[in-house]
Amino acid sequence: MNLKKIATILTFLLVLNVSFNKLGATEECFEGVSRSVFKFNMAFDAMLLEPVAKGYNKLPKPIQKGTSNFTSNIATLLSIPNNLLQGNLKQFAHSTGSFFINTTVGVLGFMNPAEKMGLKPHKEDVGQTLGTYGIGSGCYFVLPILGPTTLRDSIGLVADTFVDPFAHVTIRENELLSASGNSLDYYSVKTVDAVDFRAENILTFDSLEKNSIDLYSSMKSIYLQSREREIKNSSEDMEDWDLNN
Amino acid sequence: MKKFTIFFTSVLLFFNTSFAAEYSSNPKNFVSELVGDVIEKLSDKNLSEEEKSKFIEYVALNNVDISALGLYTLGELRKTSDKKDIKLYQQAFEKYFLKSLTSRLSDYSSSEFEVTEADKKSSNYTIIKSKITPKNGNPEVKIDWRIYTKNPDKPLIRDLIVEGLSLARTQKEEFSSILNSNNNDLSVLISKLEEFVKN
Repeated sequence: MNLKKIATILTFLLVLNVSFNKLGATEECFEGVSRSVFKFNMAFDAMLLEPVAKGYNKLPKPIQKGTSNFTSNIATLLSIPNNLLQGNLKQFAHSTGSFFINTTVGVLGFMNPAEKMGLKPHKEDVGQTLGTYGIGSGCYFVLPILGPTTLRDSIGLVADTFVDPFAHVTIRENELLSASGNSLDYYSVKTVDAVDFRAENILTFDSLEKNSIDLYSSMKSIYLQSREREIKNSSEDMEDWDLNN
Repeated sequence: MKKFTIFFTSVLLFFNTSFAAEYSSNPKNFVSELVGDVIEKLSDKNLSEEEKSKFIEYVALNNVDISALGLYTLGELRKTSDKKDIKLYQQAFEKYFLKSLTSRLSDYSSSEFEVTEADKKSSNYTIIKSKITPKNGNPEVKIDWRIYTKNPDKPLIRDLIVEGLSLARTQKEEFSSILNSNNNDLSVLISKLEEFVKN
């Protein structure tokens, strides 16, 4: 990479930092549109995703576990470059080790022997990497099918496809270490991952739906809290509870 | 026979609501004993849904700082609102909280619970870390309990942080959105809470 490219990237990050930090995390980009998209997503979920997830939950547990392991193992490929970009060498070792052990000993990732060996990679993406650089989330909005996001995370979502080795092999059809694929492979894995996530959270989603008086805001809060937690790699609650303030 | 059954049920209800166990003042044991008790009652097939709800209400009223939680979830508006309105809000919030808590806890009735550690943040707060493992083989869920210990003899639960997500913060942001879309009119929020309780 030449100096000009590095300078362009640094300028881009600086502009992102200045403009996104001006927008609070809870600010909406266009709430009316987002609420409509959210309604559409809920209908999509009720008609397609939830029934499929319920069917998936009826499969034998070993099949569910194997599928979950397989998609998680592929997702580790995106974590590896992001760990490097974040300068987190410990997590880089965890992700790389986990991917190679699970892909070989764990039969293409369907089993997870790496976990038993103490390797626990965190899921990392470009949105989180930008967050660790101090770039604020920017305003919040909802994407059709893909769900809640922020300005920073939506840029990260596009950038993921350039950083992720799996996307290089599938979407861009570049051969890597003799592995090849196409777009269908990429979107199939992402779809299965979404079904697996939905199936794992059937009860939580039902409970949230039942107990919220404004489901859109609850989902927004949960999304923003999860992203904060993922960026800090911590589950510490930092809320100020001083009721005298 | 029917009279006897009614009498017996009433006695059972009375004992469940009036003589429920007092829990330890040590925050770690407090959470462990309380959750153990709740899980046991929720999975008891001899108790009716109504009895279970009454029990949860009793436990929540005595061990959760519902008043502080209500004020916290109201956000900045608690400083500028009329005292009468705040009182009305607190009453509606309590009913809303008890109804939603019963529904939420039912989801964890068939799980194993374990307190893992206690982290004393200050003289007022201790975070109790725990995990719940569903018996159906689903992954374990990490739950942190924010325990208010200003009165060391009577710890109170102020928040549950499920996998890093604070239920109190989620509630606060949900209420804030409703208030923002209605010119910070507290009566709209109160109506929505009352509507939830009725349905």
